[in-house]
Amino acid sequence: MTDQVMDAPSALRRPEGDRSGRARLAILLCAAMLVVIAIGSLGWGASDASALGVVLDMVTGGADSVPARDRIIVWDIRLPRVILGMLIGASLAVSGAVMQGLFRNPLADPGLVGVSAGAGLGAIGIIVLGAGVLAPVSAAFGIYALPFAAFLGGLATTLILYRVATRRGQTSVATMLLAGIALGALAGAASGLLVYVADDRQLRDLTFWNLGSLAGATWTKIAAAGPIIALSLVASPFLARGLNGLSLGETTAHHLGIPVQRLKNVAIVMVAAAVGASVAVSGGIGFVGIVVPHLLRLAIGPDHRYLLPASALLGACLLLVADAVSRTIVAPAELPIGIVTAAVGAPFFLWILLRRRGILDL
Amino acid sequence: MIEATDVSVHIGAKRIVTGADFQAAPGEFVSIVGPNGSGKTTFLRALSGDLGYEGEIAIGGRDMKRMKPWQLASIRAVLPQAATLAFPFTVREVVKLGLTAGRSGVLPGEDERLPERALAKVDLEGFAGRLYQELSGGEQQRVQLARVLCQVWAPVLDGAPRYLILDEPVSSLDIKHQLVIMNIARDFARRGGGAIAILHDLNLAAMYSDRIYVMHRGRIAATGTPTDVLRDDLIARVFECDLRVNELPPSGVPYLLPQSVARTAG
Ligand SMILES: Nc1ncnc2c1ncn2[C@@H]1O[C@H](COP(=O)(O)OP(=O)(O)OP(=O)(O)O)[C@@H](O)[C@H]1O
Ligand SMILES: [Mg+2]
Repeated sequence: MTDQVMDAPSALRRPEGDRSGRARLAILLCAAMLVVIAIGSLGWGASDASALGVVLDMVTGGADSVPARDRIIVWDIRLPRVILGMLIGASLAVSGAVMQGLFRNPLADPGLVGVSAGAGLGAIGIIVLGAGVLAPVSAAFGIYALPFAAFLGGLATTLILYRVATRRGQTSVATMLLAGIALGALAGAASGLLVYVADDRQLRDLTFWNLGSLAGATWTKIAAAGPIIALSLVASPFLARGLNGLSLGETTAHHLGIPVQRLKNVAIVMVAAAVGASVAVSGGIGFVGIVVPHLLRLAIGPDHRYLLPASALLGACLLLVADAVSRTIVAPAELPIGIVTAAVGAPFFLWILLRRRGILDL
Repeated sequence: MIEATDVSVHIGAKRIVTGADFQAAPGEFVSIVGPNGSGKTTFLRALSGDLGYEGEIAIGGRDMKRMKPWQLASIRAVLPQAATLAFPFTVREVVKLGLTAGRSGVLPGEDERLPERALAKVDLEGFAGRLYQELSGGEQQRVQLARVLCQVWAPVLDGAPRYLILDEPVSSLDIKHQLVIMNIARDFARRGGGAIAILHDLNLAAMYSDRIYVMHRGRIAATGTPTDVLRDDLIARVFECDLRVNELPPSGVPYLLPQSVARTAG
């Protein structure tokens, strides 16, 4: 027997091979961890403002004991940053897990296969051309123009990728990764072209955005990206049973009664929306989508009914921790968070490749 | 009743199945035999609702083209010729996927115990906790069959018969488990369901089938009871080899021996 499956606490004893008890426990643990980390992040920063003080002040009806400056730091700087961090982390991890389920492949990740680059192209397009050719678009969509453009970029990339890499319901790993490289390069080239024609102010916007950072977190950004991400997160559990069936192949999924085409359409739109919204507000933050689901599959198995919510929670935790590291490691300056996630995620990815080398059919 | 009338199937521009008429009634074990590439799997995929086709297929009196995947899933379960699994599920988790359609037909609440019962049926007690991907080929095939059994556990649901559609269910099994699986399918039919299986072993087909369909070059070349169908001339023509049909004395079930072997032995 595989000990990985057997050693669940006896209080949660279930039939052999049933990992749902352990999965529920893991979800609870992740949720508890997220609460602790989020509260910690609120209270902790360059200034010594006390989050607890500010909250108490609010609750007791504002006896003016807390300086206005502290209130601003906690409410308008730290809180939006923590919320945005959780949203982005959850969104990236869940889109990674959904994409892996859709492509039936644990190596699919929005960052690796060019979806983030496509979304980035959409975002850059709006930043650079938003005042010119695309002025009607930015006027019509207001603060949603950026996430919407990124969504379209991500959607186009995902659709092309799926078309290229999947044939008769079977996805080829090699084709998917190579097509992802090509699409990423193409989106990168187009983005480069746009940067070339950008003016100084736009360039500043771009650089800031491009590094992948939570530093610019504001309530406006949360208002722009939050609803889209929240909607995707809420939609994802409805894909879970379908994705479980899909892991036996498209034909078998159909035999099990799953409307496969509709499942694929919803999954693709969901991934593009979540990745698009995330990329629009925080740039390219890589590897969260591959690291989190992979670790969770080792711990609780691949059942998407548990994997998706657990990914959301652990992804949120991971991004808050990465953000804390990015704020401290070169303090008082700040490292773009994308560098932190890549520094941890890239070696991890290599480790996955090493483990799977024997069975990877490249 | 699953009934196909004048069914043709194209894949791309190529016609693979031509004008097939086929019936599988509840209570019957129906097998499809024929050489490699004769179109058995393609025809079965049309019967399962996976492929577009010309002609008509009705299942329980309803036109299959008008049925949604979940409606089909509640009256028939399909064992594919080859199955893959993308992620490391345990054996129990794979078997439980058979309950996706949610119409096993056992009492409410008993679904939870069904994977164990299905695994016991296919002689895989104690395998529930193993990872599917670490099993042998024959063990994996039996796990898939257990999953299929969960989907239509009750052969009759709400008065309507249900069907097992099996593409080479015993092709990678040892002799004991071939018999175990064939017995499960026949038992399913005896209890009021229908069983359709593609088989390569003509002797097994003869032993178990109420009716045999012989496919040859995309057409139904013959149909009938084992004694009707398993005739020297027909078998020799379809399978392009020299075979002699004999009869097992007590039961009258025909059995075949490749002629060259029979000659040496005699
Ligand atoms: N997707 C496809 N594209 C093109 N040709 C196909 C496809 N599927 C099957 N064929 C062709 O159709 C013919 C019948 O194939 P099918 O799989 O139905 O045979 P079969 O009778 O099940 O054979 P076997 O005993 O080997 O399983 C073969 O010549 C095969 O090459
Ligand atoms: Mg076949």
